[in-house]
Amino acid sequence: MPGGDRVLIAVLLAFGVALAAPVIVRVAGDRSGWVLALLPAGITAYLLSHGSRVAAGESIVERVAWVSALDIHLSMRLDGLSLVFALMIAGIGTAIVIYAGGYLRGDRQLPRFYLLLLAFMAAMLGVVLSDNLISLFVFWELTSITSYFLVGYKHEDETSRKSALQALLVTAGGGLAMLAGFLILGLVGGTFEISELLSDPEAIRGHEAYLAILLLVGLGALTKSAQWPFHFWLPNAMAAPTPVSAYLHSATMVKAGVYLLARLSPALGGTPAWFWLLTLAGAATMLAAGSLALLQRDSKRLLAYSTLIALGTLVMLIGVGTPGAISAMIVFLVGHALYKAPLFMVAGSVDHEAGSRDVTALRGLGRVMPITWITALVAGLSAGGLPPLFGFVAKELAYEGLFENPLLLGALIAASAVMVLIVYLVAWRPFAGREIHAPSAPHEAPLSMWLGPALLAAGGAVLGFAPWLIGDSLMVPAAAAVLGELHPFRLYLWHGFTLALGLSAVTVALGVVLVWRWRPVHDALRSRTLGWTFGPVGGYDALMAGLVRFAAWQTRVLQSDDLRHHMTIILGFTVALTGLTATFRGELAFDLRHEAGYFYEYIVLVLVGAAAISALRAHSRLVAITSLGVAGFGIAIVFVFFAAPDLAITQFLVETLIVIIVALVLIRLPRGSLRETSNGSVRAIAGTIAVAGGALFTVLTLAVTALPFDASLTTFFEAESYPAAQGRNIVNVILVDFRAIDTLGEITVLAVAASGAYALLRRSFGRRRDDVDTEDRSDRVHVERGGGA
Amino acid sequence: MSWLVGAPVILPLAVAALLFVLQGRREAQRVISTASTALLVTLSAILLYRVSEGGILVAQFGEWRAPFGISFVADHLSAIMVVITGVMAVATAVYALRDIDPDREALGYHPLFQVLLAGINGAFLTGDLFNMYVWFEVLLIASFVLLTLGNRREQLEGGIKYVAVNLVSSLVFLGAIGLVYGVTGTLNMADLAIRLPQAPGGLVSVIAMLFMVAFGIKAALFPLFFWLPASYHTPPQAIAAIFAGMLTKVGVYALIRVFTLLFVHDVAYTHTILLWIAGFTMVTGVLGAAAQNDFRKILSFHIISQIGYMIMGLALYTPLALLGAVFYIVHHIIVKANLFLVAGIVRRYAGSFDLDRLGGLYRRAPFLSVLFLVPAFSLAGFPPLSGFWAKLVVVLAAADVGAWPIVAVALVVGLLTIYSMTKIWQAAFWSPLPDGVELAPRPSGLLYAPVIGLALLTLAIGFWSGPFLAVAEAAATELMDPTAYVRAVLGDAAAATIGRTP
Repeated sequence: MPGGDRVLIAVLLAFGVALAAPVIVRVAGDRSGWVLALLPAGITAYLLSHGSRVAAGESIVERVAWVSALDIHLSMRLDGLSLVFALMIAGIGTAIVIYAGGYLRGDRQLPRFYLLLLAFMAAMLGVVLSDNLISLFVFWELTSITSYFLVGYKHEDETSRKSALQALLVTAGGGLAMLAGFLILGLVGGTFEISELLSDPEAIRGHEAYLAILLLVGLGALTKSAQWPFHFWLPNAMAAPTPVSAYLHSATMVKAGVYLLARLSPALGGTPAWFWLLTLAGAATMLAAGSLALLQRDSKRLLAYSTLIALGTLVMLIGVGTPGAISAMIVFLVGHALYKAPLFMVAGSVDHEAGSRDVTALRGLGRVMPITWITALVAGLSAGGLPPLFGFVAKELAYEGLFENPLLLGALIAASAVMVLIVYLVAWRPFAGREIHAPSAPHEAPLSMWLGPALLAAGGAVLGFAPWLIGDSLMVPAAAAVLGELHPFRLYLWHGFTLALGLSAVTVALGVVLVWRWRPVHDALRSRTLGWTFGPVGGYDALMAGLVRFAAWQTRVLQSDDLRHHMTIILGFTVALTGLTATFRGELAFDLRHEAGYFYEYIVLVLVGAAAISALRAHSRLVAITSLGVAGFGIAIVFVFFAAPDLAITQFLVETLIVIIVALVLIRLPRGSLRETSNGSVRAIAGTIAVAGGALFTVLTLAVTALPFDASLTTFFEAESYPAAQGRNIVNVILVDFRAIDTLGEITVLAVAASGAYALLRRSFGRRRDDVDTEDRSDRVHVERGGGA
Repeated sequence: MSWLVGAPVILPLAVAALLFVLQGRREAQRVISTASTALLVTLSAILLYRVSEGGILVAQFGEWRAPFGISFVADHLSAIMVVITGVMAVATAVYALRDIDPDREALGYHPLFQVLLAGINGAFLTGDLFNMYVWFEVLLIASFVLLTLGNRREQLEGGIKYVAVNLVSSLVFLGAIGLVYGVTGTLNMADLAIRLPQAPGGLVSVIAMLFMVAFGIKAALFPLFFWLPASYHTPPQAIAAIFAGMLTKVGVYALIRVFTLLFVHDVAYTHTILLWIAGFTMVTGVLGAAAQNDFRKILSFHIISQIGYMIMGLALYTPLALLGAVFYIVHHIIVKANLFLVAGIVRRYAGSFDLDRLGGLYRRAPFLSVLFLVPAFSLAGFPPLSGFWAKLVVVLAAADVGAWPIVAVALVVGLLTIYSMTKIWQAAFWSPLPDGVELAPRPSGLLYAPVIGLALLTLAIGFWSGPFLAVAEAAATELMDPTAYVRAVLGDAAAATIGRTP
């Protein structure tokens, strides 16, 4: 096992540092960003140290048993694809951690913030390094949870809370679908280990469950990567502090879906279903995001829509799946990370130093924020796909990768034109101009807030001139991991006068037109579409509202306050379940032949029957309870007939007591409640259930008594009662010896019942004031006592 | 070592008697009651250890050999349930020291609590059907008095519904016992495991339905659960917590026991019905929770929903599914009781359980927030907390047998569970304190101790699920093959006749 378990240790260490972060922040104070950045920086260095081996085509694989019983391991795999993702996570993470130290300087919640941010980073590393579907899912959900807390960071603001919940429900909902997909995948492939699953793709693609797997896993990936129609949570997640938006909701977490699709594409890809699902989702996302971006004037929301465009592009390229498309996907991924994170941080700096994110409210900031502006321009040019930046290289490759699919290519060109507009609005408009317009007096951002974005933007510039720096070492192995085989390709800044270059020119020209006509189009669209609620967002809102309404309705129907309603359902269900089973499943056999009884037995029968009818027809509760007592007495007399005087006496006592006690209670109730207000249908239902229940038990008793009775217990008791237990009365011996534990339990019941009655009586005779009022007061006293202790 | 099998019942009963005598001497009662729970959990743990080392333990009361006397049987499932009862006993006893007011103590809280424990453990350990009925009555009367202790109108209303519905359960249970005795002439469950397969299958199926209803009411299954949301939000939290943790689980235990040991002659019928009921229980419970706006009522409805997952494990009736059911029970008891305890602390801070009257706790009480999040997110099934593994195993078991509809139900209900846990979180912790509400000073640390302990247990089960799954697996293996159970109670010769038709 080359490398020991060090990749896993790196992930676990990151979790450990995250847990320690609150303490570190308290010690390091204002420098905590710099101190904590040592963690991602160290991980970046550690990952880079493996670069040469991965470039040589090696995968570093580790496995630590976790839940062996379920074939769940903490398996780690560092190959070309996971290395690129892990480097993005750790590298951009370094910049973000430093930036957040400046951005949230003096924030009371900074310790918690770093805990969550670093825990997210650790989980995200876990996602891209896991080689086991279940452990991948564990880390995946951890990213959703940390994202929830980070989006809701400004939790006293209702919008933040709602956005956090929306993001969580959409991604966790997709996550659960994905889990179902993983389970099927595991059953089909016989393992949860990803590398083993990928080694036999035909077994999965050819399986009848393939489509289910694809749709379920796809649902997880597409929700996480905010693809249409699940895209709406991402712009709303901009309620998070900017470092979070830059890191989670642009550079890393939203790419988890892209990662998963890329990772599984050797096993799931290459089918028409795969192609259509991903290309349609990707293209729809790009187009929807491109159009919706025209409505925005908040810099972070604009950037969120540009992220959606990029995510759509990536998903579409994976869907196309040709070597050209996959190579383009990898390069585009890195290019996007290098420009989008700095653009977000720039937007955050502007918000922080100039007090607004409204691009129409800001002008001339470049004069006071020169470093920030330069960073914005460099990153912006890359984002706009202009030479000589890495974004240009990436976009050219993406165009080339789509030559065989002109419709998809057209969609990408249109979306890329919108990117040009967004870049203008975010990186040019607020900075240009001679006069400064801003809500607060702007000034340059501190070192911690410009260093990271500047370095990342510079990275985009350097790679633009020298893309070969990462070509063979990172991009080719990553594409090979997705394609399942090596497809070498070379990266150039200058391709010559190619079709792709021409399309780039078209894109820029379209972008310029958009820039030129932006204000009137924007104003017209805004005035017309304000208050729109349909579309996917409306769908989400309607779903949530419908859920709450349905839940309330169901609960009203089932859980009413009425005890009789509950009893009807419970007894009805009992009789129905048992009765239907007896009818259709019971095959009950019984003998209806019987001896003609004595006439006094029939008298009792009539008496009991009349009492039952009287109870059912009674309009007064007092009459009803008395009728029941009469029926009970009738049963007791039957016991007398059949030589069970002890039973009969017990029954007489019980019935008498019940009638007396209940009557006493009823008399004490407020006047009027003695009248039974129920209507005929209620009575009919109750009567039906009662008759059916009685019939059921009669039939069952007949069926049981028709069987020969095994009397071995009785025989034993008769034989052993005197010799072994020294008692002549068998019933007594059973009660106090053979089954003494029963008696112990029943004595306990009586004792508790007595003490309970005592407690009830003492309290109600003790104070006759309004009990609710009294209780509230005693509770309050109690709270204070608890508080003081 | 047979005394050890009876100890988890006899100890609390003896302590209850002692505490009853000591009524009025509050300090002595508090010390003895709490200390005895520590002894209880220790003895229970020894019991589980001995069972896992040496196999099923049996005690015959009065030395009357089975099936003539009453047997107590500790297999893995029973021993696990007894241990978790002990854990809950310690946690709620400590919490009660600050939560139960002197008035309730004077009215007999301490002995009642011990009687409740005896009833619960008796139901878990008995190997006799009628004796199980007796313990059900013990815990029913103890829980009813505990529920109404304090005599508040709301409590009495809830208490009446609780006791009325539960008496229906008792009635059906008793009727079913009578029929079983008529068919087989025995009440010993091991003996029944031999004799019931020899009886007419159709008749046994009908009787099985009666047991399903009787225990289904106890377990709060759909559509029998009404008593639970009507009553669980009324007593003090120490009482509500042990109710929420243990009472429904007695019903679940009984269902698992009879539908693995006694009624397995027509699994395709009986267990399919259970699976349907499980699905409806999950859905109606979670929707009920979604409709509530009170901390405790949300938690109460979630008990119902979660019970559905356990019954789903039973209904699927495979080794993996039963493993999942047992693991789920243990996880759920710890998590759910803890949430009720946390709710009690929240109430002390903000004076209410109404989500509209709560807020600001994340800012004011970050530590309590974490203590809420651990059980809440575990309940919601977020990995890698205990609830994730519990859900994963039952869902995996369902997938294994291709029961996709129930997989879908389980996962969707999981999402709705996330929704209602975040609803509490957002309202009570994240949102600002409503106008006119003031937070009290931090409550006593004694209330935190059990909450911290249970949260650590939840984390332990989450991160080191291996050993817990192994014990649950041992329980599942015994349940799938009752031969060992029968042999332990009745001897080798009887075990050899199991499953043989005459």
